[in-house]
Amino acid sequence: MLRFVVRRLLLLVPILLGLSILVFMWIRALPGGPAQALLGERATEQAVEQIERQYGLDRPLHEQYLAYLRTVGRAEFGTSIATRRPVTAELKERFPATIELAIAAMLFSIVVGIPLGFVAAKRHGGVLDNASLVASLIGISIPIFFLAILLKYVFAVKLGLLPTVGRLSVLIDLERKTNFYVLDAILTLNGAALVDALKHLVLPAIALGTIPLAVVARITRAAVLDVLNEDYVRTAHAKGLGPRIVDARHVLRNAMLPISTIIGLQTGLLLSGAVLTETVFAWPGMGTWLVDAIRARNYPVLQGGILFVSVVFVLVNLIVDITYAIINPRIRYS
Amino acid sequence: MCFNFDRWYNFPAPLQSPSASYYWQTVFGGFANPAEGSPGPDDSLYRSCEATDEHTVTLNLTRPSASFLGALALTNFTIASPKALQEFGADEGTVDEETGFRPTGTYGTEHPSGTGPFKFESWARGDRLVLVRNDDYWGEKAKIERLIFRPIPDNAARLQALQTGEIQGYDLVEPQDMETIENDDSLQLLDRPAFNVGYVGITQSHEPLGQLEVRQAIAHALNREQVVTDFYAGRGEVAHAFMPPDLFGYAEDVQQYEHDPERARELLQQAGVQTPVELTFCYPTDVSRPYMPDPRRNFEAFRANLEEAGFRITPRALPWSPDYLGAVDEGNCPLYLLGWTGDFADPDNFLGTFFQTQQKAWGFENQEIFDILDRAEVEPEEDARTELYQEANRLIMQFLPGVPYVHTKPALAFQACVEGYEPSPVSLETFNTVTLEGC
Repeated sequence: MLRFVVRRLLLLVPILLGLSILVFMWIRALPGGPAQALLGERATEQAVEQIERQYGLDRPLHEQYLAYLRTVGRAEFGTSIATRRPVTAELKERFPATIELAIAAMLFSIVVGIPLGFVAAKRHGGVLDNASLVASLIGISIPIFFLAILLKYVFAVKLGLLPTVGRLSVLIDLERKTNFYVLDAILTLNGAALVDALKHLVLPAIALGTIPLAVVARITRAAVLDVLNEDYVRTAHAKGLGPRIVDARHVLRNAMLPISTIIGLQTGLLLSGAVLTETVFAWPGMGTWLVDAIRARNYPVLQGGILFVSVVFVLVNLIVDITYAIINPRIRYS
Repeated sequence: MCFNFDRWYNFPAPLQSPSASYYWQTVFGGFANPAEGSPGPDDSLYRSCEATDEHTVTLNLTRPSASFLGALALTNFTIASPKALQEFGADEGTVDEETGFRPTGTYGTEHPSGTGPFKFESWARGDRLVLVRNDDYWGEKAKIERLIFRPIPDNAARLQALQTGEIQGYDLVEPQDMETIENDDSLQLLDRPAFNVGYVGITQSHEPLGQLEVRQAIAHALNREQVVTDFYAGRGEVAHAFMPPDLFGYAEDVQQYEHDPERARELLQQAGVQTPVELTFCYPTDVSRPYMPDPRRNFEAFRANLEEAGFRITPRALPWSPDYLGAVDEGNCPLYLLGWTGDFADPDNFLGTFFQTQQKAWGFENQEIFDILDRAEVEPEEDARTELYQEANRLIMQFLPGVPYVHTKPALAFQACVEGYEPSPVSLETFNTVTLEGC
């Protein structure tokens, strides 16, 4: 297992190298540049040249790329052209917001999706099964931004139960130790902030978690249906084991392999940011950060942010693979 | 120049002329004496600044400029405490090959100073900027204790946050939301006075746009009244000049161009051009401006007008920045949609910005217009200045470098309990008159 993990980690190097070249070339192929974006409607040629010189954008491409690699080697990604702050400082602000939202969304999708898929499989062909199929289809099909606005309209505007925007109410003071607001509230024993931060998470998590929920439910249903037809399940019943024990120890556990795969993939996707959800809820995460960087041709943020997201995605999938071996001892990596 | 206030917040020392002089010399001295290799304007307007007596500084310019007084109202010229600038390293930063310039001082981000009715408290980027009341303010003290700015990029999200009371007000209300707000007794709409212009730009370097008859045909083809009525939710008025009517120097008697497709076709015949006249018309995507909330809608309407009048339009949509602005600035768009929101109350900020020098976006050289704007900029007598700008407006609308079509009054939305907010045409509100009784 250790060799497997080390090999996967070493594979990160060529993956990231290739990705860094791709991203570097792609963003420079876009028309316009960061100077024009930064200076606005009345940028003069002199001002554009000054910005380009300041950020080394007037140097040959290969020199720019090597300079970029050197910053990555120092575990930093340069300076944001828009804000003149270190990209890593902005990452430290944005990524916790994205993680918090992604975890909440995945928790929602797992807690609801797995039981839903399981019950649908057990009652295969029945009303509940068909209803869950329809619900999954709707969940996958509904545009996130529409769902988000609808949720806000019902639960916030009309019922006044939950907030509409942001991560925390402006009237709540919270000492930000980690930028994970829920964790910071726990660490600082701030009950009001904890409740407020959780309330702010509910609607965006539901909006963002609806598609993963639908996917998880469908995969769970399919996986459980497969396992239910296996000989060892019939044997377990024949041996006299109770249905709940059979479901927990034999059915669900063996069905978890494909389910954990899909959970890993969905989590990786969510950790790269969710532009539409973040925009509608004014959630300051990675999605809006990177989209703004594309608009502004903010090369350092794009280069650093995309590379960082790629690392996260690869690591999440590695964790999923390791999880396989834990779930199913028959799986051994060499 | 005199000051009638005498203390900074965070640094309760008197604001005196040496401080003002220091500020001007430090911040703007680089323009007057740029370091070698440092690009700056070819000829800086600023020359030097001296503390003449305890409460007076003298600013010396390199040439006469009547618009400079109006420009002093810009926030760029607000004076900062020299002690704060030095103590918190406003000038400090590092430069390296890989990362470029990185400011290291905390003046701008954690310790700004000023003399206004509010003081900086904290800034959580992307989340909120918090100001608190300055109890040492020399003027009318603020009625509210805290003033919090929250960035909410989505229009619907802003409205919903207002409806739930999470915010008490927001700027840049979309036309489609105005009816909802007006029909809600718990909310109110306020108008920001019109201080902008939206126009169809014409780049004369693309033939046959260099011919006056063709430009006049375009002006007569456009149904500006219809666009303003349909797309601006009652908050627009048809523009007949490149500056708002309330600004001095506006001329009521400029040449008018009524919507008349028949007249447009006659002009194209007179010009001797083959019809339909093929033109590319650029419009921006991914943007909403006060003078152009939905550029695509404006474009579609104008395209239909032009094609009715003998033009064939090829659309060219580009993301606002940097693609669209870059294309327009380089003169690559024969026709384009653009506009301008004024920065300070002087016609030079409109007409001078557009037409005082040769620019690729307009593609023309008209010495008569350049000269009259040069003279207007330096004329010290207000009446004479007003007449010069009025004459400039007449010349410009005769020459027709573009077709202005709208001035808008952008709207702000508030909860009904908010009182005392006075919208500024240039978005410079001080908030000290605002009350929240009953909110």
